[in-house]
Amino acid sequence: MARTSSRDRMKNEINAGSMADIAFLLLIFFLVTTTIDVDKGITVKLPPWSDEAPEVQQMKSRNVFSVLVNAQDQLLVRGELTDILDLRERAKEFISNPQRREDLSTDPKNAIISLKNDRGTSYKQYLAVYNELKAAYDELWDQECKKLYGIPYSDDLPTAYKRAIKDKIPMVLSEAEPTNFGEEN
Amino acid sequence: MAHFSKKRGKAKPEVSTASLPDIIFMLLFFFMVVTVLRDGERKVKVLVPEATQLQKLEQKSLVNHIWIGRPVEKFQALYGTKPRIQLGDKFASEHDIPLFLEQHKIKVPEPQRPQITSSLKVDGDVTMGIVSDVKTVLRKSGQLKVNYSARPKQTR
Repeated sequence: MARTSSRDRMKNEINAGSMADIAFLLLIFFLVTTTIDVDKGITVKLPPWSDEAPEVQQMKSRNVFSVLVNAQDQLLVRGELTDILDLRERAKEFISNPQRREDLSTDPKNAIISLKNDRGTSYKQYLAVYNELKAAYDELWDQECKKLYGIPYSDDLPTAYKRAIKDKIPMVLSEAEPTNFGEEN
Repeated sequence: MAHFSKKRGKAKPEVSTASLPDIIFMLLFFFMVVTVLRDGERKVKVLVPEATQLQKLEQKSLVNHIWIGRPVEKFQALYGTKPRIQLGDKFASEHDIPLFLEQHKIKVPEPQRPQITSSLKVDGDVTMGIVSDVKTVLRKSGQLKVNYSARPKQTR
């Protein structure tokens, strides 16, 4: 009996003093291997594929904002050679048409942006153009949101707000099949 | 009074380090969660272009990556300098994409499958030809949510 009591008194514990060292070791490993790079990019929704050729829809030409990017990365916006720096403003003016001009869209709901590129267009230029067009819509949504709700537009808005804004100014960007120019070998 | 002073004299003023492991473990878990272990080596050179209208990709498990770029120098003797597609850790052609998407999809719980996003990491100097081909394949296989990966623009 005396023996058990002495055993009870002696606390049988694993020495946890080295726990911190082990944890440190792991910590340093993860510190070194970590790359905190958040994945960012422009999210798009592609149109579903259909094997039949799409119906030819005749749009009023005032409602179509055509952007062509050729294999030399030059921009042709509604038949005019345009610099990419002007693209955003022109797109915004086309969509919202604040002065009710005859040659711009009748209503943001009817506005269509048509984007077409060559196979030889550089991806950099394509994304830059896409970015400007997206920016035009983002800025218009922001304006609309400030007007309606008094807060800037963001992705964290309630879905109902976002839907209301996107009903008013839907983003319609149609991409044509690229033409076979300037494909490198 | 005498009693108190005696006790004080014995006590050594030391900071308890018993909670140190806990603190370290907390840091450890933080880094374990945010760590993304590189999945395989990059066989194509990819420097994504800059853009301003960026959106974050939220759940890493719902994202599959398609890399498009020119092979790095080591592989140029074998694969040439024409832009190539890399899926996972190997070179692929666009015909391998549907299988790749399917292999990713079965790992995702069914209710979340519509939210799967394909992240296209495309080098800025690649021409649109190969990108269009990939887009067509993605459309044909019903993978419509696509994210064009880009870096935030420094100026402006």
